[in-house]
Amino acid sequence: MLQLYLALIAGGCGLLGLAASLPTLGAAPLMQIFFAVSTLSLLRLVLPWPFWLDGVLAALGAWALIASLPAEGLMPLHHWLALIASWAFAWLFVERLAAAIRAGKLPETGTGLVIPLIFGLALIVIWEVVTRGASVSPVLLPAPSAIATRFAASTGILWADFVQTFIKSVIPGYIIGCIAGLLVAIAVDRSPFLKAGIMPIGNFMSALPIIGIAPIMVMWFGFDWQSKAAVVVAMTFFPMLVNTVAGLNAASAIERDLMSTYAASYRQTLMKLRLPAAGPFIFNALKINSTLALIGAIVAEFFGTPVVGMGFRISTGVGRLAIDLVWAEIAVAAIAGSAFYGVIALIERGVTFWHPSVRGGRA
Amino acid sequence: MNRILPVLTILLAIVVIWYAASVWMNAPWQTRLNERADLANVPFTEFVAQTWAQDKPVLPSPHQVAGEIWNATIALEPTSKRSLAYHGWITLSATLLGFAFGTSLGVLLAVAIIHNDASDRSLMPWIIASQTVPIVAVAPMLVVGLNAVGLTGLVPKALISMYLSFFPVVVGMVKGLRSPEGIQLDLLRTYDATPWQAFWKLRWPAAMPFLFASMKVGIAISLVGAIVAELSNTAGGGLGVRLLTGSVNGQTVQIWAALFIAAGLAAVLVAVVGRAEHMVNRRTGVRA
Repeated sequence: MLQLYLALIAGGCGLLGLAASLPTLGAAPLMQIFFAVSTLSLLRLVLPWPFWLDGVLAALGAWALIASLPAEGLMPLHHWLALIASWAFAWLFVERLAAAIRAGKLPETGTGLVIPLIFGLALIVIWEVVTRGASVSPVLLPAPSAIATRFAASTGILWADFVQTFIKSVIPGYIIGCIAGLLVAIAVDRSPFLKAGIMPIGNFMSALPIIGIAPIMVMWFGFDWQSKAAVVVAMTFFPMLVNTVAGLNAASAIERDLMSTYAASYRQTLMKLRLPAAGPFIFNALKINSTLALIGAIVAEFFGTPVVGMGFRISTGVGRLAIDLVWAEIAVAAIAGSAFYGVIALIERGVTFWHPSVRGGRA
Repeated sequence: MNRILPVLTILLAIVVIWYAASVWMNAPWQTRLNERADLANVPFTEFVAQTWAQDKPVLPSPHQVAGEIWNATIALEPTSKRSLAYHGWITLSATLLGFAFGTSLGVLLAVAIIHNDASDRSLMPWIIASQTVPIVAVAPMLVVGLNAVGLTGLVPKALISMYLSFFPVVVGMVKGLRSPEGIQLDLLRTYDATPWQAFWKLRWPAAMPFLFASMKVGIAISLVGAIVAELSNTAGGGLGVRLLTGSVNGQTVQIWAALFIAAGLAAVLVAVVGRAEHMVNRRTGVRA
């Protein structure tokens, strides 16, 4: 049903676009070829129409659109029709590809990756076309191409900021905070009294806006990376504590009994049974913390920094309306954050290979 | 009872450590003050009392913070610009609006994801990736950008809260809406139930525990989002602004007071969601 509507939208926009662009025949040949073929795609109602053709059409539409973007001013009506048509083709393609994968006609690995990629690309194309086609003010939202050129032109600044924020603040803070959380959790675990006292407080603390201690840390530890690392330590500590304590309880009684029939010492039980069993919980905390850490470091930089760092660049960039630089900085942050998360997830797959969520293949 | 005692012990320990730490951290500055005032041989008890009563201490003592909270909430008119109740209300309204947006968006995305294979495959990876973008990086820009199109005040802050809070809701709801087992869905099929009925009578009630668990996380980070968004819009007021101005002026007591109000707000909000969960659970017949 959805596919039929999408096909009608795509074909209809092609037909309308063909009609709208007839007065300027030959002015933008690529666009007109796209419209013509889109109109032809209505034939799918009577003839078989392979789904990869939809993908080709979506790509053709995107290419035609970007090639014929006006240098300034608004773009004509039929360009908008082309945008809608190529978006509908992309959706149709994804829809049919997903159906093919589900039916088992195509392998999961590889093709499964194509779908999110297409979604991302479609988003970037729409962003580019809308910002330039509707001449959105670059102060509001710069086009991806403008951001990319800015990115390429200021790699030096971006690298310095990355080193200051990520290498100097996030990594040490993350390591200290996670290790401290883990050690405290193991210590707390030995005493039921401490556990009963600390767990509610730990749960409560991890719900609090800990990020608010950033100004205090900046006062205590100065403007440089130490204060940012301290904020990161405070932010990563509680999720790690709570998750590890929960994880240490994950080993079932029967397994612990087995260890005690082996006359295993506390240390042996901990190292060979309980810590490995807590692995999925610990990695969960590591993943949560990987995004928290970056947020903590950047927010702490809003409260005072030396004249370098991602948070500093963003807040001054906004003040000077250098929005393309801010977006380039955000791109760096996004890439760094995703890579950080990805590395942790990869380690998780290697270490907790036995866990059902990893064995299932989609973690 | 056996839960309250340990918690109280730990809390007491925290307060004691705090008092000790504030003596230790404020001592250097107090020694210099006393030297300047030519006060030699100050008795230890008096010195301790001095460190607990500094004007701009490195670490304010708990009773200073409590006093500041009292002065800034109960003792002041709630409409005063210096009242923490006034700033807390600004933050709270942005938090609640953003939380409402975020929860609705999260539920809608989750419904789209479970009913459509293509949106599952295309949306889910990007929803996860969206959370690795440090949103606070976008906050100042969003505020400026929305200012340019004439949106000021509450909405930009609420959008930041929304961005942060929709994620746990999507993840939880996708899990929850998929939690009915095949056998239950099959049963509905034998009843000739429409997808609409299957959704409202089976999937939605089954997802409720997941929704509430996600909402508890979501409302806490909505508050974080609202506070962070306020850092870039100093004129608007709010707890974030109190943190920022306190930091600029070195008013540590003010920072700590704002921090504790924020913490209290988070606790109350999470408790309210927990209460709602309890009521819904009772109506749907869940025991405990």
